[in-house]
Amino acid sequence: MPKIKVPKHSPSIDMTPMVDLAFLLVTFFMLAANFRSNEPVDVETPSSISDKIIPENVLLVTIDKGGRIFVNLSHTEARKEMLQNMSAKYKVAFTEKQIEAFAGMSSFGCSMQELPKYIEMSGEERKQFNTIGIPADTTNNQLKDWIFYGNIAALNTGKTKYEEASLNGLNPEINDFKPKFILKVDGKAVYLHAQNVINTFRDLNLNNLNFITSAEQAPQ
Amino acid sequence: MAEIAEGGGGGHDKGKKRAKKASTKVDMTPMVDLAFLLLTFFVLTSTFSKPKVMSLVYPAKPKPNEVIPPAKVNNGITFLISEDKIYYYQGQFYTLGNPDGKPATELKETNFGPTGLRKLLADLNSTVLKNKEGLDKQLKSKQIQDTTYERMLNEFKGSKEALKVLIKTDDKATCKNFIDLVDELKIAQIGVIAPVDLLKSEQDLMKAKQ
Repeated sequence: MPKIKVPKHSPSIDMTPMVDLAFLLVTFFMLAANFRSNEPVDVETPSSISDKIIPENVLLVTIDKGGRIFVNLSHTEARKEMLQNMSAKYKVAFTEKQIEAFAGMSSFGCSMQELPKYIEMSGEERKQFNTIGIPADTTNNQLKDWIFYGNIAALNTGKTKYEEASLNGLNPEINDFKPKFILKVDGKAVYLHAQNVINTFRDLNLNNLNFITSAEQAPQ
Repeated sequence: MAEIAEGGGGGHDKGKKRAKKASTKVDMTPMVDLAFLLLTFFVLTSTFSKPKVMSLVYPAKPKPNEVIPPAKVNNGITFLISEDKIYYYQGQFYTLGNPDGKPATELKETNFGPTGLRKLLADLNSTVLKNKEGLDKQLKSKQIQDTTYERMLNEFKGSKEALKVLIKTDDKATCKNFIDLVDELKIAQIGVIAPVDLLKSEQDLMKAKQ
């Protein structure tokens, strides 16, 4: 009788520990993962030793390898407000649906005139879309207006968020809710392109800028 | 895996005997398959290192009809960046045949490596670095608080002995060059960093060097 039992039990392995481990890892990765966002451009940022993390309320300007400019704003309410102001200034009409879609988008990079068409596209089409980015030259500086209205909108949402947090008795720091300006530049981009954007910020008296970098080990 | 497969095969051969005995056992293989599939997916798609930010305060733009006298910086150094190349000169810039009768400024070349730029900055900014070392020790032995540490460090960085840096870029410099330089300056604990416009005479000097 024991001869029959042995071959029966030996080939099957108890998988429970392995399954435990696998699920533990799955849970860990699920919680720890932050996905690559669906940006219209891929940008390879340079590295630095800085260990400051990205703040909450940001206005992000992306500059790709060719110097094209893309803008993003972190809060959806602020995005709507920014678009409405821009729409009034440039006399480009948007439907309710388009504004809603714009609020949920990531970075965008096209002129104001192209924007309604740009909003209608899918993420993949936007990547293929042949654009010069947001115009930022002296004759047609749309970037300046985006930053101007973006700043106002982000200030407003920051303020409401601050008030909300105060009402909840969290004793928040007002500076944490103010918009921060972040530049995401491609390492290979010529600095002049970045300088143009930086000068636009400085024209609006926004002098405290941040560069996105990937982390690097500090030398001992 | 081979063993598990064998087990499955065995089950087939003597299916009836197995079914009776192992009725409470659930076959976990599909679940494990799924778990590992998910695991692989998350491992491959997740980006771990959250990007960091490096802050840089630019000088405010002068008002339209405001004339700012050229700042007299003592203990200043100017870095000129071109495509992957970096030059520097110390103190003020003098053109050939200037009215003050000073010798014309010559550019020196260095590199982005630890033997070039980092060593240069460490030498020039040694007082601040030395003071920082002392502060670090005090902080470690808990003689001073975090806030005091920050305040004292900023004081040292803004002191007279501290090195002040101007950065000028030409039209070939890449953002990577710029950020690498600023990074090195932060490593060397330099408090005053000012990116400014390149002068024509400096550009000519750089061209001559290349």
